[in-house]
Amino acid sequence: MIQAIAFYLFAATAVVFALLVVAARNPIYSALSLIGCLFAIAGIFALNSAHLVAILQILVYAGAIMVLILFVIMLLNLSPEELGKPVFNTRKVLAVFLLAAGGALLIGRLGTKVWGSLPAADDRFGSIEGVGMVLFTQYLLPFEMVSLLLLAAIIGAALLSRRERGDRS
Amino acid sequence: MTPLEETTFFGYLRWIPALPLIGFLINIFSARGETGHGRASKVHWIACLAPFGSFLIALLSFSRLLELAPEARRLTDTVFTWIAAGDFTANLSFSMDPLSAVMTLVVTGVGFLIHVYSVGYMHGDRAYARYFAYLNLFMAMMLLLVLGDNLLLLFLGWEGVGLCSYFLIGFWYEDPEKAYAGLKAFVVNRIGDFGFLLGIFLLFWSLGQKGIWTIDFHTIQAHASLLSPTVITAICLLLFMGAMGKSAQFPLHVWLPDAMAGPTPVSALIHAATMVTAGVYMVARMHFLYVTSDFAMQWVAWFGAFTALFAATIGICQNDIKKVLAYSTVSQLGYMFVGVGVGAYAAGIFHLMTHAFFKALLFLGAGSVMHAVSGETNIQKMGGLRSKMPWTFGTFLIATLAIAGFPPFSGFFSKDEILWQAYASGHGSTALWAVLWIGAAITSFYMFRLTFLTFFTKPRDHHLHDHAHESPSVMTIPLALLAVGAAVAGFLGIPDSWGLGHNLFEGFLEPVFGKPHPGGHFSHSTEALFVGLSVAAGLAGLILAWVFYVRSRDIPVRLARSFPLVYRILLNKYYVDEIYDFLFVRPIRVLSEKIFWKILDAGIVDDGMVNGTARFFQGAARLLRRIQAGDVQSYGFAMIVGVLAIVGFMLLQ
Amino acid sequence: MTHESLVLSIILFAIGVIGFLVRRNAIVVLMSVELMLNACNLAFVAVSRQLMDMTGHIYAFMVMTVAAAEAAVALAIVVLIFRTRGAVNLDQINIMKG
Repeated sequence: MIQAIAFYLFAATAVVFALLVVAARNPIYSALSLIGCLFAIAGIFALNSAHLVAILQILVYAGAIMVLILFVIMLLNLSPEELGKPVFNTRKVLAVFLLAAGGALLIGRLGTKVWGSLPAADDRFGSIEGVGMVLFTQYLLPFEMVSLLLLAAIIGAALLSRRERGDRS
Repeated sequence: MTPLEETTFFGYLRWIPALPLIGFLINIFSARGETGHGRASKVHWIACLAPFGSFLIALLSFSRLLELAPEARRLTDTVFTWIAAGDFTANLSFSMDPLSAVMTLVVTGVGFLIHVYSVGYMHGDRAYARYFAYLNLFMAMMLLLVLGDNLLLLFLGWEGVGLCSYFLIGFWYEDPEKAYAGLKAFVVNRIGDFGFLLGIFLLFWSLGQKGIWTIDFHTIQAHASLLSPTVITAICLLLFMGAMGKSAQFPLHVWLPDAMAGPTPVSALIHAATMVTAGVYMVARMHFLYVTSDFAMQWVAWFGAFTALFAATIGICQNDIKKVLAYSTVSQLGYMFVGVGVGAYAAGIFHLMTHAFFKALLFLGAGSVMHAVSGETNIQKMGGLRSKMPWTFGTFLIATLAIAGFPPFSGFFSKDEILWQAYASGHGSTALWAVLWIGAAITSFYMFRLTFLTFFTKPRDHHLHDHAHESPSVMTIPLALLAVGAAVAGFLGIPDSWGLGHNLFEGFLEPVFGKPHPGGHFSHSTEALFVGLSVAAGLAGLILAWVFYVRSRDIPVRLARSFPLVYRILLNKYYVDEIYDFLFVRPIRVLSEKIFWKILDAGIVDDGMVNGTARFFQGAARLLRRIQAGDVQSYGFAMIVGVLAIVGFMLLQ
Repeated sequence: MTHESLVLSIILFAIGVIGFLVRRNAIVVLMSVELMLNACNLAFVAVSRQLMDMTGHIYAFMVMTVAAAEAAVALAIVVLIFRTRGAVNLDQINIMKG
């Protein structure tokens, strides 16, 4: 019972904040809305017994990535978009309609209650211990690869944003 | 008539046309930036030695021929099998029988002398090497024509000499008029060749229908009796159409006077001595077809006679020294055709040979005169040159006497024989003789007019006269040698009836042609009468010309004023060129420009198909280019559309 | 719960796509991409719970890591673009046009 209420609460929050991300004029508002959305999704993760993922979501995603984005927004001093009204073109309108239709189709196809009730889960499922056991045994290679990926990203980011001589600003 | 069945292999024959061909190849590749000095010496040595070599081999072949018995006088040299298709074979093979021996000796001998003369005449010309290269190529082609053993090779040589004629007439092509003259020659020739080809096809096909697939002269002659008379007549007329084009008979004579735009030695070689005689040679070579068709022979004879008279009348009013000689050539070719047309093949070929001597001599002499007066060709501006250029004058006079038919020069014997045969032969008639007789008188008249106006009387342009000088010996020696030929060659053909022994020339050619058929029995006195009449015609022309142009100079002027229309028609060569221009040239030109070029070629092919394809692709590309908008969101949009399509497709299944 | 989670995932993803296609500001577009990634994470986790397989969690883990790396590099590029052009309006960044 509580689970259902909690879920719908989190879900509504997520959707509202997501719409705000897309709709807000000011990029700061978009960023902050995204943080809110991430929190809500983290809640849903927790409801789905994905405890580690939920915490990581808050720590890494909301805590690091979004902060980075906020820093950049403030660094670039991005102003709200000049035009009051967004420019309407065929692409955008069409996109909205198509996606609405596609989404509705998918949801409809999903039917009602595809699956039955959730199977029982012990404490280990979704905890640090559970994830760790699988991560360092079965999925060791992807783990290592992803660390290389992060290394590449670090180097890339550092190299790209290096200030060249004779640059303005 | 049995053809020369037996043949002897003689491997040197192939070198007769091959040597000039090699000379051509060497010289054409060294033809850049040549002048008449320095390096050019290599050019003219190669170019002159080639025909001389051919001449020597020709003499060798001739002597070999004489060693054989008269019925077996035929040398052959097969190089390789060219076409082999089922029953039909055509070889690259040469053969020399008495007829081609005469032709070969004339071509190589006179050709060699003209090459030597050209060394002097073309001295200093920028395209010296190109000239000699083409001249050698011409020799090779002409020799291919006369030595070829089958119609295919004859036609190959025929076209080859036409091509070289185009090259050489339009030699100084930077002058558009000269280039156009070359083009005109080629095109008119082509018209004749159309008939020629049809004749060859008809012959080949008709014999093929009877089971004989061949193009060799020998085989055709053996089986000629298989063909029906109608077919033979048709073939003969079609072949003669080619001869009309190549040998400048009416109505395809128009190219020859214009061909005088080329260098004078070219006019001498190609348009007097050799190329234009190819038509006569062809008729002689195919004599076995012509003798079976009375109609064709009459046709040939009368066309020749008409042309002879027609051209002679034009010649009396022309003022360009080379044009007079050009029309004279057309006229004399007419005589040759009359000769072969009445069955006197030996007489026709005899006249061909003597004409080669004196006409080449006349042209080379004219070239010598032109050299002396800085290129002036208008005889009205000349005069009194005989004191300034004795050698040229002397040889020119000999040639004039020869062409006018004065004994004992060569022209007398050959022309007289033709006139006699025109009357006496089975195919001849008094009318035919009369036309030729009048023509002879006119010939004598205009030739002496030319001589008197050029060499005698007081000079009309003193500036030209003062600067006139005799030509160098490299030019005058060939003149002298040709003069010897023009003077004495006649003695080869003294008729039997004179009692001075056999007609050597006719006897030599007998294995090929057989004996001429007389139309009746004529006494010696009749023959003597006709000889006298011929000489009288020549004298009449001479005296008349002397009166008109030496004695009282104003008679021709007064005549021209009294008969202005006649004078204008003759001066303008009966307006034949203008008529052709109106009837043929202009309509075709309009058609080509307005329709074929503007509409079909430029419009449909160029614009519609080529440019249209490009335009189509440009448009398509312009449409497709819109996909690459350059911004990420468009790409993302495309991706989303694709994904949705796939997902939708899968879901809606 | 799984069903509802998946529906939510679809909705969030659709919103993310619309944001990606509609907005002109580069950083907001980037944030829409993050939104999309999150929606996918949600789907992974929900199904993983249903099927009791840890693989889903691992996937989500990896996605998060990659998202982090990608965000870093993307922001570096945005900074560069801002330096050379003075604005990050996506409508103006189309040198690769045609």
